[in-house]
Amino acid sequence: MTALDRRADSRDGSVAPARSDAGARRVDRVLMKGNEAIAEAAIAVGCDAYFGYPITPQAELLEWMARRMPEEGRVFVQAESELAAINMALGASAAGARVLVSSSSPGISLMAEAMSYMAGSRLPVVLVNVMRGGPGLGSIGAAQGDYLQATKGHGHGDYHVPVLAPSSIAEAIDLVRDAFILAERYRTPVMILADGILGQAMEPVAPAFRTLERQRPDWALEGAEGRPPRVLKSLHLRPEDLEEQDLALQRVYDEIRRSEQRWAGERLDDPDIVLVAYGSAARVARTAVERLREDGVGAGLFRPITLWPFPSEPLRHVARGARAVLAVEMSAGQLVEDVRLAIEGALPVSLHGRMGGMVPSPDGVVEAARRALSTGGEDGR
Amino acid sequence: MERSTVIAGFGGQGILFAGKVLAEAAMLEGREVLWIPSYGPEMRGGTASCTVIIADKTIGSPVVDRADHAVALNPPSMAKYGPIVAKGGLLVVNTTLIEAQAGRDDIEVLEVPCTAVAQRAGDDKLVSVVALGALIGRRRLVEPETVHRALAIVLGDRHADMVEMDAAAFDAGFAASLEPVAAPPRA
Repeated sequence: MTALDRRADSRDGSVAPARSDAGARRVDRVLMKGNEAIAEAAIAVGCDAYFGYPITPQAELLEWMARRMPEEGRVFVQAESELAAINMALGASAAGARVLVSSSSPGISLMAEAMSYMAGSRLPVVLVNVMRGGPGLGSIGAAQGDYLQATKGHGHGDYHVPVLAPSSIAEAIDLVRDAFILAERYRTPVMILADGILGQAMEPVAPAFRTLERQRPDWALEGAEGRPPRVLKSLHLRPEDLEEQDLALQRVYDEIRRSEQRWAGERLDDPDIVLVAYGSAARVARTAVERLREDGVGAGLFRPITLWPFPSEPLRHVARGARAVLAVEMSAGQLVEDVRLAIEGALPVSLHGRMGGMVPSPDGVVEAARRALSTGGEDGR
Repeated sequence: MERSTVIAGFGGQGILFAGKVLAEAAMLEGREVLWIPSYGPEMRGGTASCTVIIADKTIGSPVVDRADHAVALNPPSMAKYGPIVAKGGLLVVNTTLIEAQAGRDDIEVLEVPCTAVAQRAGDDKLVSVVALGALIGRRRLVEPETVHRALAIVLGDRHADMVEMDAAAFDAGFAASLEPVAAPPRA
C-alpha cells in the first residue's frame, strides 16, 4: 500500500485534512510561504532538478530553489525562457531524474507544447502553476482562470494530466509528494494548480517534510551498455501504431479515473445547497457555509482535490438530496462546467465567479447561495 | 474563535513585518494563523496591506469582508478599511497622519499618534510595531511577552541588534493604548 492510499479516509476518495492543519501537533511549527513550502516539499521528496523562469506570483518558489538546490548538490537552472525550462525538464526526466518545474499562468501557456510531448512520451514531470489573472499578461492577482487549460489539455492531442488543487499550505506540502507518487506510478506529467494567494500567504507548517522512496525506472535513458536501447518518443508515423499508443494512454487514464479521485467535504449532512469550490475559493466558500449555517441555511462544501480526474460520482452522491448546487470560482465559469457534467441536469447548478485577481468575498458567496436557492439556479452569474 | 486583523498604510511603514510578528506570535501560542500580504502594484507607492487571521481551528476565507480589527496608518487605509470593520470591532487610527474621523459609532476607535510615538522610540519606520502594540493593548490576541519573542525570531540573527528598539516601540504602543498620548504640536 502506498502512502497515497493511506491518506484516503474512505473508499469514496474523500480525504482527511492535511497533517499540519488544525488539530495536528502544534509544537515546532514554522511559518512558511506557500511558494517556499512547495519548493521545500519537492526537495524533501528527492527532486533532482528544478528548471524555471521568474514570474509573479510564484517567484519565491524559484528563489527558494535557487538557494536550496545547490546546497543539496542538486540541479537548479534559471532558463532563458519558460520554453527552455520545460524542455530541459523533459530531457532531465527522460534521463530518469525527479524533476520539478514551476511558473504562473502566462508562463504555463508557453510550456503547453512540451506538456503534450511529455504526456506522449510518458515522462513524470511535476509542474506547478501558481495562477494569476488573465487572459494575456493579465494581472498578478490570484485567479483560477486556468482551470480549463489545466484539466482539458494544455497542448494538442488526446491526453490528460492529473491536476491536484491544494487549498492550504499544509495540503500543498502533502500534494507535492502525492504529485511525484502519481507521476511515477502512471508515468505521466502531473500538475499542481495553486493560485497567488496560496503562493504568497504564510501558514504554520510542520518543518519535518516527508521523504519518498525511489525505484530505479525501467524506462529511463541512462546508457544502454549491456542491454537493448530504450526509446522515449511521441512520434509514431503509422496511424496503426499511434492509435495503439493512444489506446494504451487511455487505459492509463481509465485507471487514474478509477483509482485516484480525491475530494474533501464539510457540513455535507443533508444539505439544501452544495457549494463546490477548490483552492483559495474553497476557503472563502467554507466561511460562507459557516455563515449560512449560522442563519439556519443547510449549506455544505464539496471541495475537489483532484480537478482531473474530477470526482463526479462523489459530487452527484453528496448532492442527491440537495435543492441546488453553486460553483464558486475565481474565473468566469470553468469549474462549473465539470459540476454540470457531474450533476447531469438532476439539480439546478449556478455560478458565482470573480475574475482578474478579484476574489469572491464570503458575503458575496452567501448572497449567491441564497439567490440560487430562491431562483432554482436560473441566475447564471 | 476566528479573529481577523488588517494592517494597512504606505509601503515602507513596516506593515508586512508587523503582520509577520503577529502571525509568528500566534503560532508560538499554538494557534492556527494565516498571513496574507498585498503583493500587487499597490505596494509600489500606494497602500500596502497585510491580513492576519488567528483561529483555534482550520481557517476559512483568506478574504476578509468583516475585519475584527483594522489598523489604519495613513488616510487612504482609513478610507478603505474603516468601513469593513465588523460591528463591535476595533479600528486603530494613526492620528499623526490621519485627521479624518472614522464616522462609526458601532465600533471602538482607538486614536494613537503612532508615527510620533515611533519617532520618540527612535525611528518612524517602527510605526507598524507601535500600532501592533496599541492593538494588543486593547485586544489581547497574543501575550505581549510572546510578541517580544516573535520579534526576535522574525528579525533573525541578521537584525538581532534591532530587537531591543522594536520591543521598546511595541511597549510604547501598548502603553499608549491604555493611556492616551497627546500628539506633539504640528511643526
